[in-house]
Amino acid sequence: MSMKKILAAFGLGLILAMPVQASGPAAVLDRAPVSLDAASLQAGAKLFVNYCLGCHGASALRYNHLTQIGLTEQQIKDNLMFTADKVGGQMLTAMRMEDAKRWFGAAPPDLSLIARAKASASGSGADWLYTYLRQFYRDDSRPTGWNNVLFPGVGMPHALWELQGEQQARFVTRDDGQGNQVQHFEGLEIVRPGKLTKEEYDAEVANLVSFMVWMAEPGQESRRAIGWVVLAVLGVLALLSWLLKRAYWKDVH
Amino acid sequence: MLTAKELEDKGRQALAWVDERFPLSVLYKTHVSEYYAPKNFNFWYLFGSMALLVLVIQIVTGIFLVMHYKPDASLNAAGVPVAFASVEYIMREVPGGRFIRYMHSTGASMFFIVVYLHMFRGLLYGSYRKPRELVWLFGMAIFLCLMGEAFFGYLLPWGQMSGWGAQVIVNLFAAIPVIGPDLSVFIRGDFVVSDATLNRFFAFHVIAIPLVLLGLVTAHLIALHEVGSNNPDGVEIKERKDEQGIPLDGIPFHPYHVVKDVLGAVVLLIVFSIIVFFMPEGGGYFLEYNNFMPYDQLKTPPHIAPVWYFTPYYSMLRATTSSFLPFLWLLVALIVGLTWRGCSCVWIRRACLLVVAGAYWGFFGLTLFGFTKPPFDLAIAGIHLGLGLDAKFWGVVMMGGSVMLFALLPWLDRSPVRSIRYKGVLYKAILAVFVICFLILGYYGTQPPSPVGNVVSQICTILYLAYFGLMPWYSKLDKCKPVPERLTWK
Repeated sequence: MSMKKILAAFGLGLILAMPVQASGPAAVLDRAPVSLDAASLQAGAKLFVNYCLGCHGASALRYNHLTQIGLTEQQIKDNLMFTADKVGGQMLTAMRMEDAKRWFGAAPPDLSLIARAKASASGSGADWLYTYLRQFYRDDSRPTGWNNVLFPGVGMPHALWELQGEQQARFVTRDDGQGNQVQHFEGLEIVRPGKLTKEEYDAEVANLVSFMVWMAEPGQESRRAIGWVVLAVLGVLALLSWLLKRAYWKDVH
Repeated sequence: MLTAKELEDKGRQALAWVDERFPLSVLYKTHVSEYYAPKNFNFWYLFGSMALLVLVIQIVTGIFLVMHYKPDASLNAAGVPVAFASVEYIMREVPGGRFIRYMHSTGASMFFIVVYLHMFRGLLYGSYRKPRELVWLFGMAIFLCLMGEAFFGYLLPWGQMSGWGAQVIVNLFAAIPVIGPDLSVFIRGDFVVSDATLNRFFAFHVIAIPLVLLGLVTAHLIALHEVGSNNPDGVEIKERKDEQGIPLDGIPFHPYHVVKDVLGAVVLLIVFSIIVFFMPEGGGYFLEYNNFMPYDQLKTPPHIAPVWYFTPYYSMLRATTSSFLPFLWLLVALIVGLTWRGCSCVWIRRACLLVVAGAYWGFFGLTLFGFTKPPFDLAIAGIHLGLGLDAKFWGVVMMGGSVMLFALLPWLDRSPVRSIRYKGVLYKAILAVFVICFLILGYYGTQPPSPVGNVVSQICTILYLAYFGLMPWYSKLDKCKPVPERLTWK
């Protein structure tokens, strides 16, 4: 049996033996239009500082790291720095942990890495955030008055409501075929408009999510850029070591 | 200014000075320039030196990580555990730290990829057969150390999967009768995975296990160079030597195999770099997504999966349910029966009786107790020790035992030939089934439990065990081809 046949047999066996997993009700995520250009990141940083940092920290980040997205230290000091005295200070939340626990039941998580942590088989972390931030709806049964389609029973109120407005969720009660009545989500509609239209709001959320993707790993673009150089060098090295090996092995008979 | 000739003389004098005091030249000749290795090494023979390269990468990157990492579970001012934050500090603020960290995390997965392929080479060409039993056993010990190293190291980033993965694995020890519950507390140093656990795991990861690992790698190489390398034909090259006592089919390790291994190393580094620079998370398999969330003792994740390299064994653990045990005993009965019939050695027969007694209490004791799980109470555990052990205990035995089964291969394989090239279709088919089962078990170990996954894992577990358990018989039955006297070469 040749190696190719053996490998082919392995592959076939694997395919036959792995039935398609009947997965649970996987969350349907919208694709986030992430863009790491300076304009989106700066717009996102502004939203983040104004709407998120009040409750959530981003402690792995320092304010002066924002120079990496094209801002000057003076711009950062004048426009974005609300919770630190020095531009080298961490981006911490102004809220106290004890207050947070009392108000929301749990301390809001630090968001430094949230865009990486929320990735799953259903989509990237950015997709999750993009979907989540656009699916808040009014629910008077919740203590905050807000609920979320992607994250039912969420502790967080809709922080961006003045931009998006208020949404109502339509649910239809259905029989699931086994005699259980289940709530089936039908869609969201704006019942009180906010400052932005739907398209404008989606674009702003995309900026915010882009910023959070950048913030989860600020060096990601330079990492890839350096990667190409490393691969080029290794490619040359591979060629040279192949020639070296061939030259030496000429006298092996 | 010295001439070239004078410089060479000086060098020779210096070497002679050292050689009178330390066998430098002898060591170099024995292990490098006059170590004769078969010339027909193929692709599969590159993974040994690759494993050594990955080991060096792990040690060097590890040293730099320890300079900045803090094994501290307390919360910092921002409410983030210090250990978790120190990893992000390395990723963001230490110059080059992100590459050092990604190299180390990628290195962990690459180590297992390379070592699994290295072991598979052993299965292909019978590298464990006499006289290489000790090479194989040292290798097995290295594999165990590697698993320990990976397990301890995975706690250090202090993410959700770090903490909960460690909790699940340490809890397995609680399944050992009588001493189990206390033992698991002793290992953790606390009732849950906490700062005490983090500190001791750090100590094991950065010094205890690496020391043992380096010693074992040295022993593995010394043993290998004593008996000489096997090769894809499974022919002993030392049996045919020229007048100077050099194997006819051997070539010196340096320069021939060195230049070949350098080429292999560069190819490995290319794969390595693609991961480090373009996909450091490895699709959630090398760095699990949930591990970017700091460990929270009060928030159990819905799905706790070990890192991919442990998943085949994790699957076997999960597959060992109480309703599965009878099938397991059936296989054990078959193997014991065959052994009893085919072997008259009194010690082996006594071992058979011992296995039968163990199986009797394991199975019938369980039936008596209606497959109940024993409470972790000393008195009741004492009764269970005599009358039956629960499935979780057998699952742990299965997980540990199925790793250790590799160590028995030198004595299980009774084929007249070493290499798969001269084995019959029977062994080829069985090996293919074994590899497929291993991969399927690995796949299901990454998935949440499901009824289909459970049954498939159970079938694969039985086949995995049968590969080893029935080897003494099928390796004899197989129709082998005649082995050539010399290596086949181009």
